Amino acid sequence: MNNFTVEANELTRLYGGREAVSNVSFTLSKGQVLGFLGPNGAGKSTTMKMLTGNLAPSNGSVKICGIDMMENPKEAKALIGYLPEMRPLYKEFTVDEYLTIAARLHRVSAGNIKKAVEVAKERCGLGHMSKRLIENLSNGYQQRVGIAQAIIHNPMVVILDEPTVGLDPIQIRDIRALIREVGAERSVIISTHILPEVEMVCDHVQIIDKGKLVFNGAIDVLKKQRIGNKLMLGMHNPPSADEMLKIPGITEAESLSGGLMRIRFADGAAPAEAIVQAAVKNGWGLHQIAPDQTSLEDVFVQLTYQEQPIPEQSAA
Amino acid sequence: MIINVARKELKSMFASPMGWVILALLMFAFGTYYLNGINDYFAVMSGAMRPAERTGVTQFVGQIVYGFASFMVLFAVPLLSMRLISEERRSQTLPFLFSAPISLTEIVLGKFLGLVAFLSILVVYIGLMLSTLNIWADIDFGFIIANSIGLLLMVASFSALGLYFSSMTQQPVIAAILTFIALFALMFLDRFFAGDPSNTLASLSLTRHFQSFLGGLIDTADIAYFVLFIATFLTLTVRRLDADRLRG
Repeated sequence: MNNFTVEANELTRLYGGREAVSNVSFTLSKGQVLGFLGPNGAGKSTTMKMLTGNLAPSNGSVKICGIDMMENPKEAKALIGYLPEMRPLYKEFTVDEYLTIAARLHRVSAGNIKKAVEVAKERCGLGHMSKRLIENLSNGYQQRVGIAQAIIHNPMVVILDEPTVGLDPIQIRDIRALIREVGAERSVIISTHILPEVEMVCDHVQIIDKGKLVFNGAIDVLKKQRIGNKLMLGMHNPPSADEMLKIPGITEAESLSGGLMRIRFADGAAPAEAIVQAAVKNGWGLHQIAPDQTSLEDVFVQLTYQEQPIPEQSAA
Repeated sequence: MIINVARKELKSMFASPMGWVILALLMFAFGTYYLNGINDYFAVMSGAMRPAERTGVTQFVGQIVYGFASFMVLFAVPLLSMRLISEERRSQTLPFLFSAPISLTEIVLGKFLGLVAFLSILVVYIGLMLSTLNIWADIDFGFIIANSIGLLLMVASFSALGLYFSSMTQQPVIAAILTFIALFALMFLDRFFAGDPSNTLASLSLTRHFQSFLGGLIDTADIAYFVLFIATFLTLTVRRLDADRLRG
């Protein structure tokens, strides 16, 4: 027995002959948070629906903790907590009533239901909303109820489809902390459009585009790709690029308008100090020096718009 | 698990005014018919001199009330059954049930039982109301029991059909209209074949199978008809929901 909590094997879903998701395979272990990234209509939600047994894959299989979703759907579903894109809330109930129903349907034993409801409310910051009708809650609180519903039975795998949509910044921070907390002992899969969120919360990233997995690997790989060996300099009297290249370690220099200059340096080199010294000596009037980051957005655009996918990184 | 789904349905039935209003209106209507039935009984029986013309009070009042009830549920059930699945489809709450560890059959049976439990309040109410006659007269409880079973089977059949139509659409109103038309056709099918009562199509009519119960007779053939009717539409509903999962 391996320790994979989620195993997706060549998942394919056809909609009238068009492949919404094609050949998506990945695994997830205990204690990992996986981020699902992709432009609109890339197949994120479809993949999640297949993982949770809401949609039958046209091809391929899903295993949750080794239990096949097709063969033993009940046992597999018992291990999953799922928050779909559209919150499945029965608005005519109060928060307590709704969570009690959720706990009952997810086979929480009768004696533990009250406690499970309390714990879920507390974790999602819903304590003072117990008796309110879900209909009358604000968008952000409704979203919290949705998340509470997904974690109420303490599942092995929590799957959240865009969990931070509609929340204010403080709530987003709380929910991210919650995701990390759940992710520490269980497995979490989240999908999102918000790129920095992935960096903050996830330790694995998958970028999906047009139904195909274009990137699958640890978050560090993505980070490395985006930080790189680059510096951005701002000077009042910028020297020519050739002059800059004389400083040891610098491999490339590119003059930009407004006295800015972008330089690239070799791996392992740390030319910042040498640059400052040269700037003082030659009177370049250095006023800014900072690492130049490619934004995550750029990496994302690169990955989803380039013709050939970058070689797949092995998922740890 | 079936019970938990049924409890949820029952709870949401009472969480909206719809359930209460329908219950109140129907009880008011049944009460009125009951009262009228008793008045009529005295009026008719005082004119009936010979013993052969006389009928028991249970049968006289019971037939009025149960005959009326079987007609009234034709309007009530579509209104109650329409939102069972279509409403969930529209507000996208079905994934909540689909991703819980329960099978489609359990979901459908749970919803069906929830609605039948709600409607059985009416059946029990009518039974109790007629039993109050026992205070003044010596009534025939067998007649009331047979009629209650008949009415319960009838509303259960209506519910199964309503559940199926509810699973086919996103719009509760469309579900209600379709259910009403289908039930209406099935109820009055035997009228179309009045000249030829042995016609096979006529024996599909719901009213015809309710007739024996209305007379106080529990006929296994009629019970089998209702049970098969219910099973057919529940199976169709499960298949319809399964198609959602397969076709998306």
